[in-house]
Amino acid sequence: MSQPVELPDQIYVGPVIDEGHSLASVSDKVGGIVLKRKTTLGWVFGLIVAFGLLQALMASATWLLIKGVGVWGINIPVGWGFAIINFVWWIGIGHAGTLISAILLLLNQSWRNAINRFAEAMTLFAVMCAGMFPVLHTGRPWLAYWLLPYPNTMALWPQFRSPLLWDVFAVTTYLTISAVFWFVGLIPDLATLRDSTRKPWQQKVFGMLSMGWRGSARHWQRYEKASLLLAGMATPLVVSVHTVVSFDFAVSMIPGWHTTIFPPYFVAGAIYSGFAMVLTLMIPVRKFYGLEDIITMRHLNNMAKVTLATALIVGYGYIMEAFFGYFSADVYERFMVWNRMTGPYAVFYYTLIFCNIITPQFLWAKRIRTSPGILWIISIIVNIGMWLERFVIVVTSLHRDFLPSSWGMYAPTIWDFGVFFGTIGLFLFLIFLFVRALPMITIFELRMLLPGARVKEPVAQ
Amino acid sequence: MAQIFKSSTNSLARTSIVLALVVLGGTGGALFELIADSTYATRQGDAREQPIPFSHAHHNGSMGIDCRYCHNSVENSDWSAIPPTKTCMNCHSQIWIDSPTLEPVRESYRTNTSIKWTKVYDLPDYVYFNHSIHVKKGVGCETCHGRVDQMALTYQAPTLEMRWCLDCHRNPEQYLRPRDQVTKMGYEPSEPQEVIGARLVKEYNVQKLETCWTCHR
Repeated sequence: MSQPVELPDQIYVGPVIDEGHSLASVSDKVGGIVLKRKTTLGWVFGLIVAFGLLQALMASATWLLIKGVGVWGINIPVGWGFAIINFVWWIGIGHAGTLISAILLLLNQSWRNAINRFAEAMTLFAVMCAGMFPVLHTGRPWLAYWLLPYPNTMALWPQFRSPLLWDVFAVTTYLTISAVFWFVGLIPDLATLRDSTRKPWQQKVFGMLSMGWRGSARHWQRYEKASLLLAGMATPLVVSVHTVVSFDFAVSMIPGWHTTIFPPYFVAGAIYSGFAMVLTLMIPVRKFYGLEDIITMRHLNNMAKVTLATALIVGYGYIMEAFFGYFSADVYERFMVWNRMTGPYAVFYYTLIFCNIITPQFLWAKRIRTSPGILWIISIIVNIGMWLERFVIVVTSLHRDFLPSSWGMYAPTIWDFGVFFGTIGLFLFLIFLFVRALPMITIFELRMLLPGARVKEPVAQ
Repeated sequence: MAQIFKSSTNSLARTSIVLALVVLGGTGGALFELIADSTYATRQGDAREQPIPFSHAHHNGSMGIDCRYCHNSVENSDWSAIPPTKTCMNCHSQIWIDSPTLEPVRESYRTNTSIKWTKVYDLPDYVYFNHSIHVKKGVGCETCHGRVDQMALTYQAPTLEMRWCLDCHRNPEQYLRPRDQVTKMGYEPSEPQEVIGARLVKEYNVQKLETCWTCHR
C-alpha cells in the first residue's frame, strides 16, 4: 500500500492486481463466481471424482473399524507407518495458510490479500484430514475423547509428559484458531454477497452468516482489531504446531529422530509443502475461473520464492541430519544414516532428494517462476517429495533400530492407501464446495489494493 | 431494499448463542452424570438374579459362618473361590433337606454338575485382580464388598469404577485394618484410622501401586 517502488525488470513481474479494476468490478468478479456463475460441468465432474475418493475413505475407515488397525501394514517394529506419515504431511500443508494469513498480515504484505482466503480454507481442510489419522490410528476412535483432560470415572489425567498429548492440544488449538480466523475474515464478504444477491434464500443464508454486518465504521474498527488479535494468536502457531509435531519424533530415543534440528527443520518443511500445495490448487483455480488479473504473476512469483527459500532450509536440514549421524560418533546414528542411504528404502531417500532439493532449484529462474504450467508441475513434485520425506523419517528409523534381531520391513496395504487417497478426496471435495459456495478471494481486501481506496493523509503543516 | 430479517431476529440470535452454550454444557454434564457415572452404568447396588436365592445375611450375618469357610482360597489365590456344591451339602445334607428352594443344590449334587452362579463383581477382562495380596495387606472383605452380613441377596456394593480402585491405591492408610480383622463385618478401628492405617502401611510394607501395569498387565 506504500508508493510503488521502481523495480528492475529482472525482479518486477507485475502488480498485485491488474489495472482496470474498480471497487465494483472486484466485487462482481469474485462475488459473481458464487452468485452468477452457472454450475459448470467441469466443477460437477471434479466434485464427483473427489466424492468418489471420499467414498474410499469411508470404505477403508469402516473396514478399519470392523477389523482393527491390523488391516494396515503397521506392525512391530514399524508401528507408525502411513498414519503418522500422512498426519505430518497434512498438518504441514496447512501451515502455508496460517503463514499467509497471519504473518504476512502482520508484515503488511499486500500480495497476501488475493490468496489468503483460499490458503486459510486449505489450512482448515488439511487439518481436518490430518486429525483423522491419529484418531483412526488409536484403533478405538470412539474413545478418542480420552485424549482430553476431563473429569472421568477413572480418576486419570492423560499423560501430560507425552508429546502425543501435546499434539492433541497443538492441533485442536490450530483448528480452532484457523476456523475462527477464517470465519471472521469471511463476515464482510458474506455481507457483500448478501447485498448483491437477488434470491431470498441466499439473502437469508448469507444474512445469517454475516451476523448483521453493516459495514459501519465501528464494525470495521472492531473487525480490524479482532483480525489483528487473531493474527497475533495464529502467528506463534505457524512455528509451534509443527514444532510439537516434530517432538513426537525428537523426544523419543530412536536414532535419526532424537535430534535438536527437528523442530526448525519440520517447520520449514511444513511451510515448504504448504506453499507447494497452495500453488498446486491455485494455478488450476486461477485458470478455470479466469482470475489471472487478481491472482497475478506477482503472486505466483512470490509464492515460488517462498517455496525456494524453504526448500533451501529443508535441504540444509537434510545435510545436517547426515552430518549429525556422522558427527555424533554414535554407532546407531551412523548406521541409521548409512541404512537410509544404502538400505532397502534407499530409493525413497534419493527420490526425496530429487523432489525436494534438486527440483526447486529451477525456481531460481524468473522464467520458470512465471510459467504457471511448469510451476504447477514443480509444486506437485514437491508435494510428493515432502510426503516421501515423512515416509523416510518414519520408516527408516523404525525398521532397523538397535537390535538386529528386531529388524523388520514395512509395506503399506491397500487399506493404507484407501485412507490416504480418501483424505485427498475429502480435501478436494471440501475445496470444490468452498470455491462454489463462498467467495474464494477476500473481496474487501482486494478493494484496498485499488488506487481509489488509498486515503491521502493530510500532511501536517 | 426490504429488510431480510425482522428486528426480532436480533434477540433470537443472541438467545441462540446462550441456548447453545446451555444445551452443550448441559448435554455434557448429563452424559457424565446420567450415563457414565450412573448406577445404571456401574450396576452399583444391583442385586443379580441367582439360581438359588442365597442369603449372605443369613449364613454370614445370623449364623456367623466365616467368609473363608466357603471362599476358602481367598488368602492364597487371586480367586476367592465360589464353593463347590459339596460345601453346601456339608450342612444341607442334614438340615432343610426337603426345602424346595434348595432343590437345585441337591440336583447339582446328584448329577455332579456345578450350580451356575451369576458373577456379581465382574471386572473387565483387561483388569488383573488378586484377592490374596489384598487380604495379606489388610484390606477387609467389607471394604470392597460392603456389609455382606446384611445382604439378603448379594449386590455390588461399590461402583467398581477405576477411580474407586485408585482411591484406595493412592490412600491405602485410610482403609487398611489388621490382618486378623479382615473378615470381620462392621469393623471399628480400635484407635483412630489415621494412626492405625499409617502403622499398617509401614508394617505390611504396603506400596502405593499406581502404575498402569499394576492392574492392566
